[in-house]
Amino acid sequence: MVAITPLRSPESGSLQTDKAAALAALESMLAIRSFEEAVDGLFARGLMHGTMHLSIGQEASATGVCAALKETDYITSTHRGHGHCIAKGADLTRMMAELLAKQTGYCRGRGGSMHIADTKTRNLGANGIVAGGIPIAAGAALAQKMRGETNVVVSFFGDGATNEGAFHEALNLAAIWDLPVVFVCENNKYGMSNSTELSMRVEKISDRALAYGIAGETVDGNDVDAVYQAAAVAVARARSGGGPTLLECETYRWKGHSKSDKNLYRTKEEIDEWKAKDPIERFQEIILSSGLVTQSEIETLIAKVREGTRDAIKEASAAPDSDPAELLSSVFREAN
Amino acid sequence: MTDRIITYSEAIREAIGQAMEADPNVFMLGEDIGIYGGAFGVSGDLYHRFGAERIRDTPISELGIVGAAVGAALVGMKPIVEIQFSDFTAQAMDQIVNQAAKIHFMLGGELSVPMVLRAPSGSGTGAAAQHSQSLEAWFAHVPGLKVVLPSNARDAKGLLLAAIDDPNPVIVLEHKLLYKTSGPVPEQMYRTPIGVADLVREGKDLVIVATGIMVSRSVAAAQQLAAQGIEATVIDPRTLSPLDMTLINDAIAATGRVILVQEAPKHVGFMAEIAARIAEGPALFSLLAPVKRICGMDIPIPYAPQLEKAAVPQLEDIVAGAVELMREP
Ligand SMILES: Cc1ncc(C[n+]2csc(CCOP(=O)(O)OP(=O)(O)O)c2C)c(N)n1
Ligand SMILES: [Mg+2]
Repeated sequence: MVAITPLRSPESGSLQTDKAAALAALESMLAIRSFEEAVDGLFARGLMHGTMHLSIGQEASATGVCAALKETDYITSTHRGHGHCIAKGADLTRMMAELLAKQTGYCRGRGGSMHIADTKTRNLGANGIVAGGIPIAAGAALAQKMRGETNVVVSFFGDGATNEGAFHEALNLAAIWDLPVVFVCENNKYGMSNSTELSMRVEKISDRALAYGIAGETVDGNDVDAVYQAAAVAVARARSGGGPTLLECETYRWKGHSKSDKNLYRTKEEIDEWKAKDPIERFQEIILSSGLVTQSEIETLIAKVREGTRDAIKEASAAPDSDPAELLSSVFREAN
Repeated sequence: MTDRIITYSEAIREAIGQAMEADPNVFMLGEDIGIYGGAFGVSGDLYHRFGAERIRDTPISELGIVGAAVGAALVGMKPIVEIQFSDFTAQAMDQIVNQAAKIHFMLGGELSVPMVLRAPSGSGTGAAAQHSQSLEAWFAHVPGLKVVLPSNARDAKGLLLAAIDDPNPVIVLEHKLLYKTSGPVPEQMYRTPIGVADLVREGKDLVIVATGIMVSRSVAAAQQLAAQGIEATVIDPRTLSPLDMTLINDAIAATGRVILVQEAPKHVGFMAEIAARIAEGPALFSLLAPVKRICGMDIPIPYAPQLEKAAVPQLEDIVAGAVELMREP
C-alpha cells in the first residue's frame, strides 16, 4: 500500500520556495488526478456502479487549502469531493473500496462516491445535497469555539451552492458568532449546466461576503500557491478569533458534471482554454524552472501515485463486497 | 423520589437545566430563547443561569440553526434545538431528513448526530393553519430519526433527558396546550426510556391508544365511559419511533376492541401505522370489532374557535366512538 505524503505548510511562506511542501503539494494534486482518472476509466468500462463527480482540473483548490490546515482541523466536502478527501489525507484504498461498493470502504459501501467521510483525518463528509455541508461546518466551528479549541473548519462547496438558502444562513450565523470557519467556494463556472452568468448578478462570488460583513477574496484557483497563500491568511484569521472568510477559487472542471453530461452548455474551445491552465503543469513548470525540484523527482512522484492508484484498485477489488445481512445495523447508534 | 406538582413547561426547563449542569457539552440554540425566554416561555430563566453562550439566541434561520446543531453534534457537542413552532421544521427539513437522519448509516456508522430537536406542536391556540400542525408522521417516516411525543409533565422531563443522552437525533414534539398543565414530577434526573409505551389506565372492555394531547382527553373520556359501565384501557405509545407494540397487542388480546386517537389528520397519519401493525400481528385474531380511528379531519387547521375544535377529536368524539364500538357485534 502506498501512502500519500501529508500536505504541509511551507516554512518559507510559499509553496514555490519550500521544497518539501512543494513536493507534497504536487504529490497531492497528482494523486487526485491519478485516482480520478482511474475512476473515470472504471466507470467507462462498466466496472463501477452508481454515479460520481470528478474534480479533474480543480486539484489546486483542494490541495492549496488543505496545505494551510493542521491535522486536527476539520473539513466538510461536496458531491465533487475526492480531491478534498485525498488532500486531507484519506486512504486511497478505502476510498476506492467505497466506490467499488466494498465492505472495507469508508462507509461500508453505503455511501459511495458522494458520501465519504473520514473521522481520522477529520473529514466530516461529502454531501449529496448541494450546500448541505455549509451549515454543518458552521456548527462544527461553533463547537470548537464553545470548547475553547483552536481548530478551524473549512467548508468546500461550488458556485451553484451559493444560490442555496443554506449558504446564506450559514454565512450569517458564522459572521454574527465570529466562528473559526473558512468558506471555500470552488467556482468552476457551472452548477451542472447553469453558468454563473445565468445564476447570479454579482461579479465575483466573494462579493457575497459583503452582505454578511465578513472578509471575501477571490484567487486564481488553478494556482496552488495563490490558493495556499489566501487560505493561510483566512485560516490564521479564523484561528485567532477574527471570524470567517469567504474564499473563492476560480477554477474549471474538465470533465462533465457527472457521467451523463454531454457538455451541451459549453464549448470545446472553452474547455481547451482551461486545459491550457492545468494547475498541475503550471506548478510543475514553476518549481522546475526555479530549480526547486528536478525532473526526476517529479517523475518519481508520478510513478508513486500511479502505483498508489493501481494498488488501491487491486486491494479494493479483492475486498469482500458490502454485506446485505448487516443492513439494519447503524441506522441508529447504540447507546454506550 | 420527591415529586412536586410542576408544569409541563417547568419540567422541560428543569430537564434542560439539569442536563446542562451535568454536561458542559449540552447547550441550547433557537429563536428568542435567551432574554425573551422562548416563544412559549420554556427556556424561561435558563439564559440568566447559563448565559448567552449556552442559551444561544439565533437569527430567524431554521435551516442554519439545525445545520449548526448537526455540525456541533458531529464533533461531540449535545445541542438542543428549539424550533419555535413545529411547522417551521419545514424550513429545516434538509438538515433534519437528509443530514441528521442519514449521517450515521450513510457514512458507515462512525459519525453520529446526538442532537435533540424540540418543537411545539398541535392546535388549540387559534393560530390557524401554519402554526398548529401535528407533523409527527413526517418524522416517524424517516429511518434514523427517533420521535417522541410527551403527553404529561413527568414524561416531558424523563423523555427529554433520555433524548439528550441518546446518541441519535431525537425529535421531541411538545404539545402547546400541555405547557401550562401540571403533574407530579420527580426533582432528580431520571430517564423515561425511549421506545417503551405507557399503560395510562386499565379497563377490561376496550383499548384506546392515543398520542400527545389526546392522551389526557382519552383518559377524561374513559372516566365518562366508566360512569356508563364501559371500562377502557388507555395506552400512550410515547415514542413513535421506535414503536413499542407489546402493550398494545396485549391489551387488544385482553379486550378485543381498539380505538386509535390522534390529533393529526387521519389520512396517512401515525395511527394508520398502528392499525397496520395490529393487522399484521397476532392481535388481529383477538379483534371482536374493526379497528376504529378517531383523528383530525383531513384539512388545514382553521382559525375560528368552533372550526378549530371541530377539526380535531374532542372528548365527546372519543366517548361516542367508544360507545359505538361497544355496540359492534
Ligand atoms: C439541493 C440539491 N439540488 C440539486 C442537486 C442536483 N445537483 C447535484 S450537483 C449540482 C450542481 C452543483 O453545482 P456547484 O455547487 O457549482 O458544484 P459543482 O458540481 O460545480 O462542483 C446539482 C444541481 C442536489 N444534489 N442537491
Ligand atoms: Mg460549479
